[in-house]
Amino acid sequence: MKIMGRVFRFGDDIDTDAIIPARYLNTSDPEELKKHCMEDADPSFPSKVGKGDIIVAGKNFGCGSSREHAPIAIKACGVSCVIASSFARIFFRNSFNMGLLIFESDEASGEIRESDIVEVDASTGLIKNITTGKQYQARPIPQFMQELIADGGLMEHIIKRGGI
Amino acid sequence: MTIAEKILAAHTDAREVTPGDIVKVNVDVALANDITAPLAIKAFESGKQAKPADPDKIVFVLDHFTPNKDIASANQCKMVRDFARRHELEHFFDAGEVGVEHALLPEKGLVLPGDLIIGADSHTCTYGALGAFATGVGSTDLAGAMLTAQAWMKVPESMKFVFKGELLPWVGGKDLILYLIGDIGVDGGLYRVLEIEGPAIDSLDVSGRLTISNMAIEAGAKAGIIRADAKTEAYVKPRARRPYTIYTSDEDARYVSIREYDCSNIEPQVAFPHLPENTRPISEVGEVRIDQVFIGSCTNGRIEDLRVSAEILKGRKVDRGVRCIVMPATPDVFRQAEAEGLIRIFLESGAIIGPPSCGPCLGGHLGILAKGEKALATTNRNFVGRMGDPASEVYLSGPAVAAASAIAGKISSPSEVM
Repeated sequence: MKIMGRVFRFGDDIDTDAIIPARYLNTSDPEELKKHCMEDADPSFPSKVGKGDIIVAGKNFGCGSSREHAPIAIKACGVSCVIASSFARIFFRNSFNMGLLIFESDEASGEIRESDIVEVDASTGLIKNITTGKQYQARPIPQFMQELIADGGLMEHIIKRGGI
Repeated sequence: MTIAEKILAAHTDAREVTPGDIVKVNVDVALANDITAPLAIKAFESGKQAKPADPDKIVFVLDHFTPNKDIASANQCKMVRDFARRHELEHFFDAGEVGVEHALLPEKGLVLPGDLIIGADSHTCTYGALGAFATGVGSTDLAGAMLTAQAWMKVPESMKFVFKGELLPWVGGKDLILYLIGDIGVDGGLYRVLEIEGPAIDSLDVSGRLTISNMAIEAGAKAGIIRADAKTEAYVKPRARRPYTIYTSDEDARYVSIREYDCSNIEPQVAFPHLPENTRPISEVGEVRIDQVFIGSCTNGRIEDLRVSAEILKGRKVDRGVRCIVMPATPDVFRQAEAEGLIRIFLESGAIIGPPSCGPCLGGHLGILAKGEKALATTNRNFVGRMGDPASEVYLSGPAVAAASAIAGKISSPSEVM
């Protein structure tokens, strides 16, 4: 599967309070959460972002809370994937469980600029910057997590296989 | 093997595990709160035969937006309450039994040395202080554990930290962990286990150790483990209602790094906005006036924290420009503080006493900051907007500096007000 979108850039250590502030966690409704996505990092983000767009960030994206509302909010905004130099570990797990595509690449994270158009091959992790013509290879996804994705997420995996 | 590797291995079919392995583990406790349980319940009920594998392993605590701050949060709590009744969950904490989860579970003996604990709350790592492997996960992982009593884990590498020497006056667990995070950064322990030891750690009570493990996540770590000792046993023995196991790391256990700190150089610490790694010793803080002080939370809301705060506030007044909010983390802490006369000390100093709740720490309710305001909190995070308006600022410290600062109206050392 190939995805293509316009890039919104963020810096290092984007925390879950920036992705979805706790003051909005009195609901888990994706339609409500998306209105406040990235609000404390860029208040205009929810109004600017469109379907298929891509977030590119620095290191330790999603640090902080375990709230699954964070990947839910990002996905509900229409964001097709997040590329970062590294992800905080709970956010990393949650993204797989929620079906939000994420890719780790230091070079892509460092070189891709705001508003570039980027194409990602979700099955191979090949990232192409259409604007500049440069290509990057994301770090491989562990075999077990590929199985989770293939099964459609953790719950589907458990139901299908009768356990974890 | 390290403690972490031994606990993980003991919860699998394997005799040994190696960092990098992905293993299926049996969990002893699966915890969620009023923010994360609703999503977990929704995911759980997507299963065909949605029956908990072992209801006694599930712990739900309604502690974040309670007493409910609005209709939406009341509805979330009601959903969890209905589920707990339907499945007859014994370990369901509501109303007058609610305490801040990571203060409550150790106190109730629900988490024990050698346990493998997952919780849909990032500060689940707190229980590492009892010699357990405890880590935060999302709601879906938790739903998986409710359904199967299992979870999948990538076996993490361990980093060792040794705190040597004696603690300086007014230094506690919070200062040590802030110092550590200031050293390695907010992703310095990413995907790894922090194993923390040394004479200074031995000298801390269980409460101070819980504070340290609580903030392992603020270095990105999967767990923060402190070996159980005689103090741990004295704490857990009267509380435990099931057997537990104490693990120690082998002599030849492998660590990706070993760092040593000399506590004779570690002053009380303050983390500046907007990351816990922005630490400074109290002597280098400078003039920072504050509008609010919050003493409480899963990090520093235990009786030992309130005792330190009361020692400083006794016979003194909170500055008129400061709202000083004190929240005992659990009903038992509240009762103990009342019995010891601490509540009276707080009231007479001009502090506000709140109910056990996570409220202010995450900007939920019961102490929200306005635009441009500054707070000093004994909590664990100072991200942008954490306690209120995105243009407010949060500084982090231990209870001693927090109490002294409430009196001075600016961030201050206890020695400046006593």
